[in-house]
Amino acid sequence: MPVKSSLTQLFNTSLILVILGVFSFNIQVLASNPHGESDGQEDKVEAVHPSDSAITGDEYTEEHVGHDDAHDAHDEQHGGGFNAGDMIMHHVLDAHEIHFMTFNEGTPEESHLSIPLPVILYTPDRGVEFFSSSKFHNDEHKYDRYFLHHEQIYIANENGELEYVDGGHDPINAKPLDFSITKTVAGMLIAVFLMFWMFLSVAKAYKKREGQAPKGLQSFMEPLIIFIRDEVAKPSIGHHYERFMPFLLSIFFFIWISNMLGLIPFIGGFNITGNISVTIVLAVFTFVVTTVNANKNYWAHIFATPGVPVWLLPLMIPIEIMGIFIKPIVLCLRLFANITAGHIIILSFMSLIFIFSSLYGNIAGYGVSVLSLAFGIFMNLMELLVAFLQAYVFTLLSALYFGAAVEEAHH
Amino acid sequence: MLVQPGVGLIVWMTVAFLVVWFLLGKFAWKPILKSLKERESSIEDALNSAKKAKEEVAALKNDNEKLLQEARNERDAMLKEARETKERIVAEAKAAATEEGNAIVAKARESIQNEKNAAITELKNHVATLSIEIAEKILKAELDNEEKQKQLVSTLLEDIKLN
Repeated sequence: MPVKSSLTQLFNTSLILVILGVFSFNIQVLASNPHGESDGQEDKVEAVHPSDSAITGDEYTEEHVGHDDAHDAHDEQHGGGFNAGDMIMHHVLDAHEIHFMTFNEGTPEESHLSIPLPVILYTPDRGVEFFSSSKFHNDEHKYDRYFLHHEQIYIANENGELEYVDGGHDPINAKPLDFSITKTVAGMLIAVFLMFWMFLSVAKAYKKREGQAPKGLQSFMEPLIIFIRDEVAKPSIGHHYERFMPFLLSIFFFIWISNMLGLIPFIGGFNITGNISVTIVLAVFTFVVTTVNANKNYWAHIFATPGVPVWLLPLMIPIEIMGIFIKPIVLCLRLFANITAGHIIILSFMSLIFIFSSLYGNIAGYGVSVLSLAFGIFMNLMELLVAFLQAYVFTLLSALYFGAAVEEAHH
Repeated sequence: MLVQPGVGLIVWMTVAFLVVWFLLGKFAWKPILKSLKERESSIEDALNSAKKAKEEVAALKNDNEKLLQEARNERDAMLKEARETKERIVAEAKAAATEEGNAIVAKARESIQNEKNAAITELKNHVATLSIEIAEKILKAELDNEEKQKQLVSTLLEDIKLN
């Protein structure tokens, strides 16, 4: 088992490295973009956020909007106005709406096709507030006293404006607790709904067709369930495996379905398991289940590792304690990085088309689109594999940690 | 931005996952795993009983074979015995017949011997009677004159002298 898990680790690490390599390459491409976009942007930021934030809200807003316009104009001046980094980040990060399309981009008639999502805020002074994110669809991205700035909600200061520190990119205003049904929450709820729908019907099929061969969805899910039971839980955990089966099955199918949901085009580009909050929660669950189920032998391995000389223990104990926490952290980062990187790569290939067309004209864009599409399709297929693989790896490693937690002393 | 966790999302995710874990655990995973286990054990049982039945059939076949073999052996033994009995009876009959025949022959021979002896005795007596009669007649004829009587006495006397 250790050999298997270290191989998986190695595979993952190399995958992430490759993905990050491609990503940084892409950033380089963007950086060497002859528009000098980034430089221009920084200049602008300094220009719009003066150190003495004594301007009134209206003035600021005007300036801010002016900045946006200027920025757009700046982009358009150099043709295309396509910023791959922004587009990719916009797709990968969470949002308060499900955005499908932008019409007439960069023109005054710009409009969006999107589903607004409910915004739920909690502030100690006003309690819970509930409104649609479409309320932010105005020039200032402001509703009531709230600003929506780069998908973060801020409370306007006493002057009704956003405040910036010198050279800072993000406002320093107070934030409400944001319990909104964001794009990721919506995607997660869809995944949960799909799971309920599928597995309750599968469970019903088992009851109805007791003792008979599986049929339909049931026969699709059965090998996966048996795979998790016989190839993941049993060898990793041993004869205590039954106790952990509901958790392992839930986590496996949640991750897998979420991963797959993120690969479906045109439904708004969910990035559920590529969101660090989601993977943190999953990893924390694994950590809690491991720790709660840990037996004497597990703690003995940490505080008095058998076979280690006493003088080494002062070194070993801190390492082992760190290990307890590093395991779930790695679990969380691996899933997050793999899925996010996959999305970024596919989007990067697609962006290449527009980068080339804005650099060398439309013909170049069409030319590159052939290659980009080929690579994009290849990556998408790869992501189908990664979607399953990451769900499997997360489940397998969770099972291994559970196995270590309930292992009986035998030496 | 990318690695900045959001409180709201964490809360939603925790709630959603707990719901999935407990509800699916109760209403999906548990019955599914139970049914799978039951089906597996029933399949295993069926396979085992099939194996057992096969073994039983094999044993039955073996028994039949044995029974048949026994029957065959018994038949062979019976045939053999019958043959032996027949041979013995025949042999005995033969022996008895021979014995009886011999006895009959012996008896016959004995009676023949007896008859023969009787015949011989009778013949002897008859011959003796005849001889005496003949000797009487010869003597009567020889000794009818005196001279001849004297001659005989002298001859006899001569014989005595010789002795």
